[in-house]
Amino acid sequence: MPVDVLQVTGVGFRYNAADVLSDISFHVRSGDYLGIVGPNGSGKSTLIKAVLGLVQPMRGSITLFGTPSPQFTSWRKIGYLPQRLKFADPHFPGTVEEIVRLGLLAGKKFPRTRTRRDDEAVEKILLLMGIAPIRKRLIGELSGGQQQRVLLARAVVGGPDLLILDEPTTALDPETRDNFYAFLHELNRTHNTTVILVTHDTWSIGKYATRFLYVDKRVVFDGTFDDFCQSGEMTAFFGLYAQHQICHRHDPERRGSNGPR
Amino acid sequence: MDLGELIRYGFMQRALIAGTLIATLCAILGVFLVLRRFSLIGDGLAHVAFGGVAVALLLRVEPAYTAVAAIPVVLLSSLGILKLTEKARIYGDAAIGIVSSFGIACGILLTSVAGGFNVDLFSFLFGNILSISRDELLIAAALFCIVVVTVVFFYNDLFAITFDEELAKSSGIRAGRINGVLVVLTALTVVLAMKLVGIMLISALLIVPAVTALQVARGFRTTILAAAGCAVFSVVAGIFFSFVMNLPAGGAIVMINILLFVVAYAFRKTQMRGRGALP
Repeated sequence: MPVDVLQVTGVGFRYNAADVLSDISFHVRSGDYLGIVGPNGSGKSTLIKAVLGLVQPMRGSITLFGTPSPQFTSWRKIGYLPQRLKFADPHFPGTVEEIVRLGLLAGKKFPRTRTRRDDEAVEKILLLMGIAPIRKRLIGELSGGQQQRVLLARAVVGGPDLLILDEPTTALDPETRDNFYAFLHELNRTHNTTVILVTHDTWSIGKYATRFLYVDKRVVFDGTFDDFCQSGEMTAFFGLYAQHQICHRHDPERRGSNGPR
Repeated sequence: MDLGELIRYGFMQRALIAGTLIATLCAILGVFLVLRRFSLIGDGLAHVAFGGVAVALLLRVEPAYTAVAAIPVVLLSSLGILKLTEKARIYGDAAIGIVSSFGIACGILLTSVAGGFNVDLFSFLFGNILSISRDELLIAAALFCIVVVTVVFFYNDLFAITFDEELAKSSGIRAGRINGVLVVLTALTVVLAMKLVGIMLISALLIVPAVTALQVARGFRTTILAAAGCAVFSVVAGIFFSFVMNLPAGGAIVMINILLFVVAYAFRKTQMRGRGALP
């Protein structure tokens, strides 16, 4: 029986005496494309941080690739693209190439020296992501879309088995966003990279995700997006209007042929 | 007296070698500190060093080892700043302020108890690189080697946490430990730099070459190299200038640093106007 990439069991987290997460349980199998949606303040980002070991849950357990989170050390298996970064500092002097290379540190033992294989991996991903021509540009000089491509390149350069993205397309225009999701889909389909995508953009979930998790401090729904949209139970929970809002929340540019399936 | 003749003097050779070593260290660490918004830690630790030097002078430690004797106090304080920031929910600048004022207060009280110190304390306050002894030079060289080797070993980790601490942690890098390494190295460098520019001006040596390099350099590695280049140039030029003009070396070094920053800033503004970019 294949080992789950991620197993979250009864996870709870409190902040300032308020429940941020309560009894969260779900699992992710190899090759899954899991979309996580929830309102602002629903604990989605805290959940991701707990999975990455950036915060310790107060209750429950998290297992990554069969290893309990506190003992997990194979961080090269995980690529992470966060919601917001300090690179917004326009004066940060790192070049595109230097930032992408950071993605290889996770798989190295101290002092994490640079090898020829690293150079080859960086070269390959720069070409694949179409950012080779801007390799010497400073990250702070790039547009939001270019920065996000660089950070995605950083997240995937080490060939992770699991890619975790926390609202990665917030600052992108619709065309760049579509290209971004198409690339994720390609990674998932051809490289069997497991994807966990936290987003407000339910259009992308409907189009690409194989599973859908609605979180509001607890798991409200775990299944496919289509099942969610057709679920009478969810209609009763959210009300018809709110459920429709979730299922058909997409950009005006996408209405029509590009809408959710 | 021409420069060739000047350079044959032992005190000048010691000053130039020690100055180059210390300036290089300050510039390298300065880039990490400035980008991590931790610029003023050098200033804070220098004030703590004042307290440490006061303790050493009170205990009548040999003059060559006065600065070395201050190292434990400065090291403990650097870790104290880090702990206050991490654990006590205090902002970094406030933590530096607390530890720094504690150091100065200790120094003042100890000076008062000892009935005032002689010129030694002033040489630490305002620096006196031309009076550096052979033993002090050897200590500076040893500490230089320790700091440079450590920075080389931790370079990738330091770069990663400087770019984004959360991302670095998600790659399995122990950010807390790397922060500890950075402040400990800064503490050692501050102790070294006391003799060069004095407690009052150490932060300038940590901050100004870094921000100068940030105006012109393209890439993290080149920023570090450019900062080191600026720092070494300003120290060498400052030492000669101060000797020829009979001025304090510390002040001259810092003024040349500021001049380099103004030139680099003007250069960047001119380039940006040329490209039609916003300032």
